[in-house]
Amino acid sequence: MLKLDQVDTYYGNSHILQRLSFEVPEGKCVALLGRNGAGKTTTIHSIAGLTPPRQGSITYKGQPISGLPPYKIARRGIGLVPQGRRIFPSLSIRENLTVPAKDSRSTESSRQKWTLDEVYKLFPILKEREHNMGTQLSGGQQQMLAIGRALMTNPEFILMDEPSEGLAPVIIEQVGDIIKKLKETGLSILLVEQNFYLACGAADEVLVMNKGHIVWKGTPQELLANEEIQHQYLGV
Amino acid sequence: MSVTTLTMHLLNGLAYGMLLFMIAAGLSIIFGLMNVVNLAHGTFYLAGVYIAYYFIGRQFGFWLSMLLSIIVVAILGVLMEKLLLERVYGKELEQVLLTFGLSFIFADVVKWIWGTSPLTLPVPSGLDVSADLGFMIFPAYRIFVILVGCMLAVLLWYMENKTRVGAMIRAGVDDRDMLSALGINIKVVFTCIFAFGAGLAGLSGVLGGPIMGMYVGIDSEILISSLVIVVIGGLGTWKGAFIGAIMVGVVDTLGRVLFPSFTMAMIFAIMIVVLLIKPNGLFGRGAHA
Ligand SMILES: Nc1ncnc2c1ncn2[C@@H]1O[C@H](COP(=O)(O)OP(=O)(O)OP(=O)(O)O)[C@@H](O)[C@H]1O
Ligand SMILES: [Mg+2]
Repeated sequence: MLKLDQVDTYYGNSHILQRLSFEVPEGKCVALLGRNGAGKTTTIHSIAGLTPPRQGSITYKGQPISGLPPYKIARRGIGLVPQGRRIFPSLSIRENLTVPAKDSRSTESSRQKWTLDEVYKLFPILKEREHNMGTQLSGGQQQMLAIGRALMTNPEFILMDEPSEGLAPVIIEQVGDIIKKLKETGLSILLVEQNFYLACGAADEVLVMNKGHIVWKGTPQELLANEEIQHQYLGV
Repeated sequence: MSVTTLTMHLLNGLAYGMLLFMIAAGLSIIFGLMNVVNLAHGTFYLAGVYIAYYFIGRQFGFWLSMLLSIIVVAILGVLMEKLLLERVYGKELEQVLLTFGLSFIFADVVKWIWGTSPLTLPVPSGLDVSADLGFMIFPAYRIFVILVGCMLAVLLWYMENKTRVGAMIRAGVDDRDMLSALGINIKVVFTCIFAFGAGLAGLSGVLGGPIMGMYVGIDSEILISSLVIVVIGGLGTWKGAFIGAIMVGVVDTLGRVLFPSFTMAMIFAIMIVVLLIKPNGLFGRGAHA
C-alpha cells in the first residue's frame, strides 16, 4: 500500500534519511522502532510531505506521492497523528475535529466513514467535553483527540508518531487497544514508537531503524526473542 | 476643555480608531497566519481611496464607487500575493524589502496619476448633515463610520469564533504545517485572507476619504499606527486589533489637540507599557511556528 524506495531526506546539509526503503502492506500495522534521533519522525514527515525527500520515491497505492504538497497527500487518504499530538490550542475539542478537510474520494464504499458522531462513539470523553479547549484535556485524552482528528479526514492509512509518549502505562494499554480497533476497520498503519511492548503488541511487522535506515526487520515474536537487536538499537 | 469638546474629540478619535481597525485587522491576521509583515498594507488604503475618487469622478456615486474600489483593491491583493509574495514566504528580509519597495512604487504611481496636492472625497449625500445627539451636534458621517466599524467588529468576531473558516484560520495561526497535513490547502487560505485584508483596508480608505482626505504619505502614517496597534493588540486576532485601534485612535486624536508634539511619543509609550506587561500584546496567543 505504501512503499518507500531509497529515500534520502535532508535538513539543510544534514543527511537524515539514508536510502531508506520499506513497505507497509494493505490492512497491516507496521511498527518503526529506534532510539531518539534515529530519524523516525523525519520518516513520517517525509511521507506526509512536511519534509519532502530530496531523492528516492514514495508511492502510495501505486502512485508516486513524494513532491506533492502535504494537503494533497492527506487528501489521497493518509492521516497524520503527529509526535507531541499538536492539538490546536485556540480551537475547542469539537473544532479540532471539524477543521480537517473532508474526504473528497467519497465514492469508495467499503471503508468506514468517519463522522463527528462516529469519533465521539469511539471516544465518548471528547463528546462530554466538546466545548472545552483542546489543550484542557489530559495527555491521554489529547492523544485520542489527535487520533480522532486524523480519522476525520477519512484516511485509509494512518501515520502515528509515538502515541505513547508521556502517557501512563494504563493509558498506553488503551492506546494499544485503539490501534487494534482501527486495524480491524481496515486501516493500514505505520506506527512509530519507542515503547517496545506497545509496538510489539499492536504490529504485524517490526522495523528497527538506526541513523536513517532500516537495520533489522521481522515479526514481533522474532524481535522479542532477539535480545541482541533489542540491546544494540533499542536500549531495552 | 469643556465636557462637550472632550466628547467631540473622543468621538473623532473613535471614528479614526475604526478606520485604523479596518487596516490593523487585516494586517494582524496576515501577520499571525502567514508570518508576513506586509509593509505595503497602507498602500491598500491609499489605493482604496484614490480608486473610489476615480469612480466618483465618473459619476458612479459614493456607494457604488466604494464597492468597486473594494473589489479592485482585493484583486490587487490577490495579484500581489500570487505573483510576488508567494515567492518569499519564510524569508523575512525579502518580504520587508519587497513590500516596502512596493509601497514606494504604488505611491509614485498615485503621484503620477493624481499629482501631489491633497484631494478629498465628498461626504455621501444623506450623511452630509449634523446629527443632534441631544447634548451636542456631531457630523452624521462620522457616527456612521463608528457604527460601520462596530458592526464589522461583531461580524469578524463571529466569523473568527463561530464558523469553520474562522476555526481554520485560528488553527493556521497555531500550527500551519499540522493544518496542511489535515488536508487543508493553506495556500488558498493565504490568498483569501490576503485579499480579504486588502479589501478591508480599501474599505477603510474609502470611508476615511471624506474625513482624512487623501495624499501620498497617508499610507505610511496609517501603516505605522496600524503596526503599533498590531503590537498592542497581539498577532492574529481581530479583537486585539479592535481594542488596540480604539486606544491608538483616541490617544492620537486627543494628543493632537492637547500636546501636538508628543502624540507619537505617547502612542509608542503605550505600546512599550503594554509590551512590558504582556509581551504578546493584549490578546496575543504567544509563540507560533
Ligand atoms: N528541523 C530540524 N533541523 C535540523 N535537524 C533536525 C530537525 N529535526 C530533526 N533533526 C535531526 O534529525 C535527526 C532525526 O530526527 P527525528 O526527529 O526524525 O528523530 P526521531 O527518531 O523521531 O527521534 P525521537 O524519538 O526523539 O522523536 C536528529 O539527529 C535530529 O537532530
Ligand atoms: Mg520523533
